[in-house]
Amino acid sequence: MNRILAKRQLSDEVFLMKIEAPLIAQERQPGQFIILQLDTDFGERIPLTIADADPEEGSITIIFQTVGNTSHRLAAMETGDAIENLLGPLGHPTDIRKYGKVVCVGGGIGVAPLHPIAKAMKEAGNEVTIIIGARNRKLVIFEEEMGRIADKLIVCTDDGSYGRKALVTGPLKEVCETWNPDLAVAIGPPIMMKFCAETTRPFGVHTLVSLNTIMIDGTGMCGGCRVTVGGETKFVCVDGPEFDGHLVDFDNMMLRLGTYTREEEADHHACHLDLALEEDHGNA
Amino acid sequence: MHDLKHLDAEAKKLMMELEGKTLKPRERAAIPPQEMPAQDAQKRIGNMNEVARGYTEAQVRLESMRCLQCKNAPCIKGCPVEIDIPRFIKHAEDGKFAESLAVIKESSLLPAICGRVCPQETQCQEFCTVGKMLKDVNKAVSIGRIERYVADVELHGGNPIMPEVASPTGKRVAIVGSGPAGITAAADIRKAGHEVTIFEAFHKPGGVMVYGIPEFRLPKAIVEYEINNLKQMGVEIKTNFLVGRTRKLRDLIDKDGYNAVFIGSGAGLPKFMHIEGENLIGVLSANEYLTRSNLMKAYNREHAHTPIFVSRVVGVLGGGNVAMDAARTAVRLGAEKVYVVYRRTEKEMPARVEEVAHAKEEGVEFLLLQSPKRILGNEKQQVRAMEVLSYKLGEPDDSGRRRPIAIEGSERELPVDTVIVSIGNDSNPLLEKTTEGLATNKWGNIIINDDCSTSIDRIYAGGDIVLGAATVILAMGQGRKAAASINALLASESGD
Ligand SMILES: Cc1cc2nc3c(=O)[nH]c(=O)nc-3n(C[C@H](O)[C@H](O)[C@H](O)COP(=O)(O)OP(=O)(O)OC[C@H]3O[C@@H](n4cnc5c(N)ncnc54)[C@H](O)[C@@H]3O)c2cc1C
Ligand code: FES
Repeated sequence: MNRILAKRQLSDEVFLMKIEAPLIAQERQPGQFIILQLDTDFGERIPLTIADADPEEGSITIIFQTVGNTSHRLAAMETGDAIENLLGPLGHPTDIRKYGKVVCVGGGIGVAPLHPIAKAMKEAGNEVTIIIGARNRKLVIFEEEMGRIADKLIVCTDDGSYGRKALVTGPLKEVCETWNPDLAVAIGPPIMMKFCAETTRPFGVHTLVSLNTIMIDGTGMCGGCRVTVGGETKFVCVDGPEFDGHLVDFDNMMLRLGTYTREEEADHHACHLDLALEEDHGNA
Repeated sequence: MHDLKHLDAEAKKLMMELEGKTLKPRERAAIPPQEMPAQDAQKRIGNMNEVARGYTEAQVRLESMRCLQCKNAPCIKGCPVEIDIPRFIKHAEDGKFAESLAVIKESSLLPAICGRVCPQETQCQEFCTVGKMLKDVNKAVSIGRIERYVADVELHGGNPIMPEVASPTGKRVAIVGSGPAGITAAADIRKAGHEVTIFEAFHKPGGVMVYGIPEFRLPKAIVEYEINNLKQMGVEIKTNFLVGRTRKLRDLIDKDGYNAVFIGSGAGLPKFMHIEGENLIGVLSANEYLTRSNLMKAYNREHAHTPIFVSRVVGVLGGGNVAMDAARTAVRLGAEKVYVVYRRTEKEMPARVEEVAHAKEEGVEFLLLQSPKRILGNEKQQVRAMEVLSYKLGEPDDSGRRRPIAIEGSERELPVDTVIVSIGNDSNPLLEKTTEGLATNKWGNIIINDDCSTSIDRIYAGGDIVLGAATVILAMGQGRKAAASINALLASESGD
């Protein structure tokens, strides 16, 4: 039940896991996500985008960065271990069809959820330009996979340690100027999506962003995931996760993401402590 | 005044005098209504344990003696599932608690739960002759408390009476949701010998009884007990399964071979007020707040990984059970001041009388005839206050309650750092959106016929998804009714 079939560390903080989940693998479509919880009594529920799925093998692939308590614990699990609770696929699938020219922008870990979307866009007959960005060389992921899909691939890093030294908005602006895309899809940290939307706005290029807010149930029951889109309140888990980037109130969303920061830091600290303790025991 | 030892001693004394006597109706009505023993208010705000401790044996027998055994039994008409109330109370008076419980179980599957959470004062107890004689519904026979007592006797080590399961029919039924509607339908369908699978979106079964209603009002061990009974009857429960997403509703029948489906997916779409400031940091739906605390156990700061908003001054919007639960949870999580802000008066509040009384004892302050106009934030978009408007009551509206009318120019600022919105739930649209041909009304409630069938062949529905946010007992009643229809449908098809 939800066994981890494979685990790979992609960089210091980024992990890939293939997890047994036959039903989700069958139903999932690009753009959808799962919620997982490691401990039924006391665990927290966190949303993660599905990066890939193999219906035949009955597996899904997730890629995550170790940021909080749960992702650290998940990273400490090994092949063969089982994840207690896994719910999905959640959210609206991406509206995949032939738009013409599509530019896909992925920042950091956001490249993972972007991958199936870019692939599906290509398969639907679109011409696809892909821009992937990361803080530095070590954090660049999925370059090879994206290279196989893209008609044109641009890689950039903030510090110039690999590819172009640029933020993704630089090449995105050029693409808008020279290529006239019909659609942009941007997935990454909120601040990146915000500036991607600002970049495409003057060109009138419709821009989809995929939001990753705080969630609990993921079924529309709590409203904890709500964001303001075009002046209206929307629930990311059921109305999204994708929205028109030109309408999203990113500033409010980013502040809301910080709602629990203080407490999470305390909890994360405690988690590091007891993980350290566990290791000590292991060595003893 | 709610001290258990004291109340028990008083009850025992009176019992000694009355035991064995034949009482006239007037003498029965003269027995003092038995108070519910409760945890001391100052102590209980520091813990999550159940507040109402339940009657003692002497108390339950005395309270049962207050029942006049009316021939016309008006109380039964007030009960949504028509429990034979006088009969179960007679057994309780005689100390035959197992027999008493058996009477309740003829009509209700979840007496330990209903005894705790039913709004008795607007159901059975509203019609009680004793209450009428004493001109005070709060002095009616405490039918719910007696029900709770006899159910708890079984819970605390009595021998559970396992319902008999008929021999296998080879038919399979899927239940969507594990709240009271789903649990009841599952039990009744299983009894007829059909295979039953419950699909539940959350990681724990129980519905609102687990994620919404707090431990201090409904101990989770009781819900678990009922769930375990279901499992022992052979009902399979699949958690982490969102019908509509993990599997399409129609696929359960078309591809997975279920012969019928019952939808008991609850209300579960929190309403917001659509006022300025609603997405500030520190504005939460009661569903979110309560789910964090109850289901994710965030109140247990030592063990739980789920954070919960730390508040100093809380404004809870609404006047129902949900609002009371949120307010009292906030008190327990350490808020210094908790206000319940409600547009009408206490008389119109839909919450159970007992919960309102408990909330007051715990220091919750009620700001009646008031409602927020907007929520104000600081430079970091954190809540700093609510702008509140005063109201007066006008003519009755469709629901028969007097309509609140805003008083122009009465705005004032109420400093708070947290706003918990508990103004009700609409129906979750997920199943409707993912199922072609499932008819719903304008509020998104699934439309059913008298037999609980929906617009789709073989699919039935009941509980909050049909009624809108209602009650446990009504959800249970519909679960029963739908189960009977499904059992009849499957019986009519057996042998082919
Ligand atoms: C805080 C609170 C306090 C309350 N207090 C009282 C009270 O004191 N007395 C009273 O009588 N009533 C009370 N109520 C109302 C009462 O709890 C509900 O009326 C009752 O639980 C409804 O039962 P149900 O079975 O229809 O749905 P629910 O109890 O809501 O259960 C539905 C279940 O279905 C699951 N589900 C939803 N969609 C899907 C899907 N697509 N696939 C799989 N699973 C799904 C949900 O996760 C949930 O577990 C309260 C409600 C709340 C929120
Ligand atoms: S996560 Fe609860 S409504 Fe979206």
